Amino acid sequence: MRQLMAVLAGLAIVAVLSCGGGAGRADGSGPIKVGLIVPLTGDVKTFGESARNGAMLAIEEANAAGGINGRKIDVVATDDKNDPTETGNAGSKLIDMDRVAVIIGSVSSKCSSPLSDKCQTAKIPMITPTSTNPKVTVGEDGKRKEYVFRACFIDPFQGTVAAKFAIDSLKVKTAAVMYDVGNDYSKGLADYFKSNFEQGGGRVIAFESYAKDDVDFSALLTKVKQSNPDVLFLPDYYNKVGLIAKQARQLGVKATLLGGDGWDSPEMSKIAGDAIVGGYFTNHYSPDDPRPEVQEWVRRYQAKHGQKPDALATLGYDAGLLLIQALRNAPNARPDEIKAALGAIKDFPCVSGRITFDEWGNPIKSAVVLEYAKDGQKYVTTINP
Amino acid sequence: MSYFLQQLINGLQLGFVYALIALGYTMVYGIVRLINFAHGDVFMIGAYVGFYALASWKLPWPLAIVAAMAACGALGMVIERVAYRPLRSAPRISALITAMGVSLFLEYFTSLRFVFGPDYRAFPRPFAVTSFDVGGVAVSNIQIIVFAVSTVLMVALTLFVNKTKTGLAMRAVSYDHNTARLMGVNVDWIISVTFGVGSALAGAGGVLYGIAYPQINPFMGVMPGLKAFVAAVLGGIGVIPGAMLGSLIMGVVETFTSAYISSTLRDAVAFGILILVLLVRPAGILGRPTREKV
Repeated sequence: MRQLMAVLAGLAIVAVLSCGGGAGRADGSGPIKVGLIVPLTGDVKTFGESARNGAMLAIEEANAAGGINGRKIDVVATDDKNDPTETGNAGSKLIDMDRVAVIIGSVSSKCSSPLSDKCQTAKIPMITPTSTNPKVTVGEDGKRKEYVFRACFIDPFQGTVAAKFAIDSLKVKTAAVMYDVGNDYSKGLADYFKSNFEQGGGRVIAFESYAKDDVDFSALLTKVKQSNPDVLFLPDYYNKVGLIAKQARQLGVKATLLGGDGWDSPEMSKIAGDAIVGGYFTNHYSPDDPRPEVQEWVRRYQAKHGQKPDALATLGYDAGLLLIQALRNAPNARPDEIKAALGAIKDFPCVSGRITFDEWGNPIKSAVVLEYAKDGQKYVTTINP
Repeated sequence: MSYFLQQLINGLQLGFVYALIALGYTMVYGIVRLINFAHGDVFMIGAYVGFYALASWKLPWPLAIVAAMAACGALGMVIERVAYRPLRSAPRISALITAMGVSLFLEYFTSLRFVFGPDYRAFPRPFAVTSFDVGGVAVSNIQIIVFAVSTVLMVALTLFVNKTKTGLAMRAVSYDHNTARLMGVNVDWIISVTFGVGSALAGAGGVLYGIAYPQINPFMGVMPGLKAFVAAVLGGIGVIPGAMLGSLIMGVVETFTSAYISSTLRDAVAFGILILVLLVRPAGILGRPTREKV
């Protein structure tokens, strides 16, 4: 009797599992399933919320306009907490259980890297809205992961822009760098800034690392203060940068603060207060950009969410636009068709610029430099590749 | 020289915060021979109570510390009653595993939306931060408060343990439960009080930590908890002055490793110390080698 029960239970599980997925995959009917992986909790949750809001807005607009070739897009959203293990789990769930045709995600490079391996192996195309580390689209063997694309520029470019801005506009000679040694994004950006700053004739006089859970930076900052650099480059996310900035000012570090797109969050001013005022960072877009696409986007986002879109929201939206464009050119919405359609995208108008993918799946577009003023972010300049 | 002094002050600030956590570890270990791994999470709860006291109830910061101490003291006693007392006669490993369970429970339960939520939060600054320049060394009012509050609490604890009747009973229980019981000591109550006092100190540590490093989340207790545990072992676990000494050494060693060697090596050095101490002097700096009780 017990054996019979076990067999029945097993059959039931198999039945449930096989019903779970499959809907809309490959057969050209029913809604197209799209996976979304972003951090909605944890240390960079405003990134995830923005990216989700942006991507969802693009998809809702497409659905309201009648869908893609008569099919609606059905989004399965998951939260990865900005933890690479969770990203892997979410990816497996989306691919194996929900059987999505394509994935948008994740936000940070350390999460997108393992996800990109998973998508490449499963042959499911993935578009990361915001992961800027080059390794996301390139494997350890130096080969392109051909199913992986992104909507943002990459860190070598961002590091070049920051170094160029420091040397040409701020006219500084010396820099100190502090980065998170366990974070691909932070470490990559620190390296690219260092090499470009030195190529440009500057000197990096302190190059220090810390760990993910650190909250006390006084030892490093005292070291930085002693070397007295003109700028302090902080390539990390807003939560860490806020803490570091505050402690730096407390210890009397006078250097101008400089950073990357990880600074872009409405939380930044709340955490750092006055300490971040006068700091500059490179970003993907500015809401003050007068281009009509940008202004139209700012208006639509503000109408829906009541605040100006940050770069994460914009890139989320652009990733959504890329996805929709690719789906239009993939008649059956099969993963390999979507991949081919993504690769074929040329000079496609997005909010953050016109996107053409280079041979590594990276868009080529310009960057902006923003400043944290007392009353929020201010546009400073645009730097072209 | 001023660089050295500045780093020393940075290290001491870290050390004092570790000390408030390490004391709880060491007191509990001294009495029930249990490493209470949930202690770092009690510290986290203290920081959150401080957060609500300052942000929602608008209390002045000394009262926020008192509120956190009261809440954590009560929490410590509840944890002891619910999780550890039923295991009093069980093998020690069972209590240790339970402690890990309690730790994970506190972390993930408080991560739930209707408790504290999983988000990082900015800890409110109850006063404006000012730095004083003392001969080229920057000392902030936050550091002064951390030093002052920790010192007051540690002096109070020392007096409590050495001069009061309850303190005497605690010391008696730490020598031998059964003999203490024969002398008319209510052992269960004393163990409860020990958990309460140790947790209250961790609560105060949580608020000070929040003021010094203004960002809190439900997992903030993990690393400081581990480091404080190492500090307690370094000083001699079960010995109260040892916990203070060990913590200050840990704070200063960490800071100096970052300052003079490499920041990447910092945690390796911190935990290397633990291994070294266990190899060379397992009882710790101030600990006396004890024979196993039969």
